[in-house]
Amino acid sequence: MEPLKRTPLFPEHEALKALIAPFGGWEMPIQYPVGIIAEHRWCREQTALFDICHMGEFLYEGDLEAGGLEGVFTFSVKSIPVGRSRYGFLLNESGGVIDDLIVFRLAEEKVMVVVNAATIANDFTVINSRLTGKATFTDISDATAKLDLQGPLARAVLTKFFGDELGTLPYFTFTETTLLGAKAIVSRTGYTGELGYEIFLPTEKVLELWNLFLSDKRVKPAGLGARDLLRVEVGYSLYGSDIDEITTPLEAGLSSFVNFNKEFIGKAALLKQRDEGLKRIKVAFKVASRRSPRHHYDLISDGENVGTVTSGAFSPMLGCGIGLGFVSPAVAAIGSPLIIQHDKVSMDATVCDLPFYPGGSLRT
Amino acid sequence: METYFTKEHEWVKIKDGIASVGISDFAAHQLGDITFVELPAVGKSVKQFEQFAAIESVKAASDIYAPLSGRIVQVNELLEESPEIVNDSPEDAAWIAWIEPANLDEVKDLMTQAQYDEFLRGLE
Repeated sequence: MEPLKRTPLFPEHEALKALIAPFGGWEMPIQYPVGIIAEHRWCREQTALFDICHMGEFLYEGDLEAGGLEGVFTFSVKSIPVGRSRYGFLLNESGGVIDDLIVFRLAEEKVMVVVNAATIANDFTVINSRLTGKATFTDISDATAKLDLQGPLARAVLTKFFGDELGTLPYFTFTETTLLGAKAIVSRTGYTGELGYEIFLPTEKVLELWNLFLSDKRVKPAGLGARDLLRVEVGYSLYGSDIDEITTPLEAGLSSFVNFNKEFIGKAALLKQRDEGLKRIKVAFKVASRRSPRHHYDLISDGENVGTVTSGAFSPMLGCGIGLGFVSPAVAAIGSPLIIQHDKVSMDATVCDLPFYPGGSLRT
Repeated sequence: METYFTKEHEWVKIKDGIASVGISDFAAHQLGDITFVELPAVGKSVKQFEQFAAIESVKAASDIYAPLSGRIVQVNELLEESPEIVNDSPEDAAWIAWIEPANLDEVKDLMTQAQYDEFLRGLE
């Protein structure tokens, strides 16, 4: 096994006395001494700063059709206007998800692909194998740092340091700009359900930006524990937990990120699955107590095992346990009762709509 | 009043023939933010070192074991709505239950504070 990697901010996390643990091949801060619930609350009410340098970035330069990129993902890259980004999937032949990712249209013939940390090497190999060689395709992960600034005050913080113009970015748009004298990308995206930005900049500049944001009293660092809790509350899928190579976007309730009017690897399998009907689909559920569903707990309906929990948490915003899982469609209707079971632990739950927490500042 | 500890990180304090029971400062810190406490039923009989309650944090779900055999005579219902008390005051306000001990000789199978501190040093 390869040694765990560290982001350029690792010494900062150590100095802040973070609890460090392995995640996706990296040693990452799970929480700071204040704790996951306080960090989660700070993000919902103020603004949190996350070190997301572990995620991967690829750069594609060339004609989108001739170079082959247009056929790689479940969405059309060439239909993304320059300055906008789009979420979607890289699939295998069976329609399973190799990764979920965001594509940024930097220019007519220039695209950045942002992928999960644990999947960087495999994604690069797979995407590269589907390209024709008529475009350049480069893994720029090591040279590229990423900070997420997320929370209702994120815009106020960002514009205080870098000018009002950045505050006008609509959701899922970005701008290439200069931050601290370096070329950077500021994107109005995130993983928390709050107003916020993902900022890409050269690795050697990230410490300076980290310290600049933290010099503002409205900003506090948050770890991957809070990040996970925040994303579960809005029902976002986590690669490796809720989606993987044996789960299709249709099963995962993510078909709106699949464009059937174009060609992509895995399309035939998805069409077949759509015609034959889904055997299992994603559901969201609320627990009748503060108890938390957890990954791999069983889902029971009428005494029968009908599926598995893939993500779960105690939701501080709702005051109860919440979870995502996969069940047979017959028991997936909103309002259906489920029992969540693991060893001697049993909890009553009800299938519900997403997001669990609709009150975020995401679109403000 | 002497406090005794188990290897599973429960504490017990005996006063006027009643044992109050909770989880140690070390355990609360290890678990992180506590989000749920499952209390035992009042009147129930428990056996030493058998599970009698459960606790959950953001990170994990854990069982709580009875430090002494006996009968549950009171539970701390405050923990149902405010489990974060366990983080704030694990060895005081966050007592989980009072047990009427069946056999106080069982204390010999527990650790004193000094022994527990030594035990924790061994875990590091």
